[in-house]
Amino acid sequence: MTMIFGVPLAVFMGQLMLGLINGAFYALLSLGLAVIFGLLKIVNFAHGAMYMLGAFATLLGMRYLGIGYWVALLLVPIVVGGLGMVIERLILRRIAHLDHLYGLLLTFGLALIVEGTLINVFGVSGSSYPTPAALQGGFQLGFMFLPTYRAWVLVAALAVCLGTWYVIERTRLGAYLRAGTENPALMQAFGVNVPLLVTLTYGFGVALAAFAGVLAAPLYPVSPTMGSSLLIVVFAVVVIGGMGSILGAVLTGLGMGLIEGLTKVYYPEAANTVIFLVMILVLMLRPAGLFGKEA
Amino acid sequence: MSQAVEKITEYHDLDGAEMLRVSDLHAFYGESHILHGVDFDVKRGELVTLLGRNGAGRSTTLKAIMNMVGRRTGSIVINGNETLAMKAHRIPRLGIGYCPEERGIFASLDVEENLLLPPTVRSGGMSLDEIYAMFPNLYERRRSQGTRLSGGEQQMLAMARILRTGARLLLLDEITEGLAPVIVQALGEVLVKLKSRGMTIVLVEQNFRFAAPLADRHFVMDHGRIVEEISAAELPSRRDELNSMLGV
Ligand SMILES: Nc1ncnc2c1ncn2[C@@H]1O[C@H](COP(=O)(O)OP(=O)(O)OP(=O)(O)O)[C@@H](O)[C@H]1O
Ligand SMILES: [Mg+2]
Repeated sequence: MTMIFGVPLAVFMGQLMLGLINGAFYALLSLGLAVIFGLLKIVNFAHGAMYMLGAFATLLGMRYLGIGYWVALLLVPIVVGGLGMVIERLILRRIAHLDHLYGLLLTFGLALIVEGTLINVFGVSGSSYPTPAALQGGFQLGFMFLPTYRAWVLVAALAVCLGTWYVIERTRLGAYLRAGTENPALMQAFGVNVPLLVTLTYGFGVALAAFAGVLAAPLYPVSPTMGSSLLIVVFAVVVIGGMGSILGAVLTGLGMGLIEGLTKVYYPEAANTVIFLVMILVLMLRPAGLFGKEA
Repeated sequence: MSQAVEKITEYHDLDGAEMLRVSDLHAFYGESHILHGVDFDVKRGELVTLLGRNGAGRSTTLKAIMNMVGRRTGSIVINGNETLAMKAHRIPRLGIGYCPEERGIFASLDVEENLLLPPTVRSGGMSLDEIYAMFPNLYERRRSQGTRLSGGEQQMLAMARILRTGARLLLLDEITEGLAPVIVQALGEVLVKLKSRGMTIVLVEQNFRFAAPLADRHFVMDHGRIVEEISAAELPSRRDELNSMLGV
């Protein structure tokens, strides 16, 4: 049997694969955080709750409305993203002129309310969501077995990340977003409806989180607390990558997933803390983050 | 997201009418009361200057017209439309281009993206080719990051990008500040061309030698008010008076 530093190849590749899947979720979530932070300057603490709402809506949609996975993949991000726009329009906009710390506290409070409400109704135990029929089974690659659904998650997450990067960096709409991030007042003076741009941007960031939630539903137990535990790690990823860089958020997300996977192979005890160790190191050596601009 | 740029507002040129009339304009930054009843008007096709010492309130007047300050009272009529209650993003769609004192070139955009950024507000703007013909430097550097340009090139970019939008009223704040004489001269030629195309221009200037031969009328500001109006014809006889008002 092929061994890599004393570990069977299949085990090694399996853990790497799991790490990459986790990394795909980190990438999707930190991308949304970066997009929101860019224009609104708010650290969106409700991001984990929106991810959880995405997974929950998928579960409840199937249970009570008979909505299948594929429809949910399209519908849930739109619905949860719409909820995000309502939150921005009715609540966040009112405090936009205050210190951005208030936005952080407010979104944190919102997350607690959403989570608490769902715990009250559904309890904390997780429910499982079936893998869609078309994505069951897997590929025998020789050195490892690759479940089809995991491959799909990786492809779908990367495609959405790449599409987002393209829109932001290569299109006119993205130019509005980048320019609005730098100087919103001047964009208004050019005739761009910046408040609307802000609402749509928040909605889009939230929709990304909800999309991640739909992808996660067949993979992890769906419970009201699934978002808050993940969000802590995602914030560490964001700190490592540096706020405000789109590509940085995606690459750091994937990279941190891989590092986590590798740690599971060689020193499983540290797997849950390794990202925080990297975060401390990065903060000491490059406080603005790997891809952040030095302020 | 394309609704972020709403439909172009159509309006009709009213021949011989005023392009801009500012009456009893007061403006505040938070608690500070900066403009204390500014009154002036600009006719279609005219080029007027706002002169004054540092801190007189010239930039604030342009910003107040664009609804970029805090509270405003009084009246600002643009091409027959009262704009005091208008949202900031609607004002440029009346056909106004604003070039801020600090230029406002975007670092995250390259030169061509900066040029293409301001949405079209009216038909009849200059094409990208025409703009590159007017500013050949910008063409050569069109793939450079906006803020990598020299000060003069950034100034040209800040001017050029509002010419594309079809704006007919240009508010230009200190466009010659800190530029070499050759570039100042080039900008003067650009202004002459724009005037011959029928543009209406409000020029905030420190460089009076630059502004004098271009302008139809001069307004002198002090302490947030217009204190004097001097026409181009009166200028030779009132030059000393003007110099003492400007403190030069
Ligand atoms: N953002 C602001 N907040 C508070 N006060 C301001 C602000 N901007 C300008 N001011 C004050 O408003 C007054 C007028 O400033 P303004 O920029 O209009 O002057 P100006 O005539 O353009 O002069 P210059 O550009 O030569 O300095 C000044 O006293 C200035 O200190
Ligand atoms: Mg000024």
